[in-house]
Amino acid sequence: MPEVTYFSPDGTQTTLNAREGDSVMETAVKNGVTGIVAECGGACACATCHVYVDEAFTAVVGEAGDLEDDMLDGTAADRLPNSRLSCQIKMNSALNGLTVHIAPKQI
Amino acid sequence: MDDRILIIGAGQAGMQIAISLREEGFAGEVTIVGDEACGPYQRPPLSKAYLAGIADIQSLELRAARFYTDKAIDIVTGETIVDVRFDAPGRGDTGMATAASGRIFEFDRLAITPGSTPRRLPIEGGDLAGVLYLRSLADADALKSRWTAAENLVVIGGGFIGLEVAAAARLAGKTVTVIEVADRLMARAVSPVTSEFYRGAHERRGTRVLLEAELVRLLGDAGEVTGVELVGAGQSGGEIIPADIVLVGIGVIARGELAELLGLETINGAIVVNSYAETSDPRIVAAGDAVLLPHPLGHYGQVRLESVQNAVDQAKVAARTLMGIREVHRAVPWFWSDQGDLKLQIAGLSTGFDQIVERGSQQSEKFSVLYYRDGRLLAIDAINDPIDYMAVRRALHAGAHIPAELAADSSIALKTLIVGGEA
Repeated sequence: MPEVTYFSPDGTQTTLNAREGDSVMETAVKNGVTGIVAECGGACACATCHVYVDEAFTAVVGEAGDLEDDMLDGTAADRLPNSRLSCQIKMNSALNGLTVHIAPKQI
Repeated sequence: MDDRILIIGAGQAGMQIAISLREEGFAGEVTIVGDEACGPYQRPPLSKAYLAGIADIQSLELRAARFYTDKAIDIVTGETIVDVRFDAPGRGDTGMATAASGRIFEFDRLAITPGSTPRRLPIEGGDLAGVLYLRSLADADALKSRWTAAENLVVIGGGFIGLEVAAAARLAGKTVTVIEVADRLMARAVSPVTSEFYRGAHERRGTRVLLEAELVRLLGDAGEVTGVELVGAGQSGGEIIPADIVLVGIGVIARGELAELLGLETINGAIVVNSYAETSDPRIVAAGDAVLLPHPLGHYGQVRLESVQNAVDQAKVAARTLMGIREVHRAVPWFWSDQGDLKLQIAGLSTGFDQIVERGSQQSEKFSVLYYRDGRLLAIDAINDPIDYMAVRRALHAGAHIPAELAADSSIALKTLIVGGEA
């Protein structure tokens, strides 16, 4: 199972084994990682699972789709070039070791 | 003495109360008891990704089992509470809830999050096999078990659930008819402008939409539904529409039975709470679909909101109230409905609007409708337009404003027009 590491705004760091196909958001929320709200459950409807993808992984993670790109337009924290909605990043073996920094403000 | 808090109802609201109690530092016992077979799960995907086979059961669970163990949250499933009582207010308040199985749950503080149940179709043939509702995982599984073989789907009720299922059925190549008694779709949630767009959009995708349609009865053969008989549709009365599945989505009824047992104030079954999620007995809080709450943006009146957002935000307030933290519930209501490739996002409550501003083009199926009353921004319906949706949600959240006369120019980004508030 691919590993993903979260840096929460409160300074905590959590590394989890993700189920293949689960999103970075789902993996965090189900295991109680603080900082990701994700009220819509992954429907790309709320923009409250905003993360910054570690530079080493931005290429392999890829770019936001059109809908996600539009949602990122209204995030509470600053949008940066490595901003993604974590509900739209599905975990797979190529993402093993992925590190994300959770945006400090989600709502 | 460590308090024991019992939460009756294992949905989104019940789970959030438990989590928020722990986040606020509550150290006593927390028990959630629910009547379904599994622990808390997401309902919105049942009519979307789960029905389409994209999401499985494991992906629906709201938290991993280990999470509840780590947080010392006791989840009890498959137990229906049939009786609940609280000693008279005063010294040594304790209460007791009894399940149908005879199991007893004692508590010092109580939260009720009973949710709602689909309104049943009161009509001849309503009990035929193949007449289905969609609220629970069990409902969704019943629908899925008939889904592949079904050719003709009739949806009764043109609301979110019905239209989401209709869109999924069209994508799966089925013949789909939506029957609505009102003169427009989603009449409780959106304005006529949005309703009319959706009628056209569903028709363009091959769904037949019948408005102001009156049902006579459901027809069956050997106990299985075979069709729907109508009056008032088209010119000829008594039309019969073939159906392998009749999906009924005509609204929900608040599950107020426990509240009534506890002597709490209810209106049409909905549990009346104040801005702190307190019921008429201040020892008991309530949250979620079954609750009638003061308008969460401080406007006049009470509302009952059926949404994830409301369940979560209200549950957080309820948890703080249980902890003795007084915090008025204030939240921007928001909703979404994915109907095939049409993404509807709503922020705010448009009730009572006297002006609308339309942006974008309906023809491109990407537009938004802003609602105003006395010049004050109330809400937005955004269709495939997350940028406008997010701008209005942020403005409402900050208590800010977007002037109607400026918003009408679609070439200007709404977020650049936000004035005032704390933003």
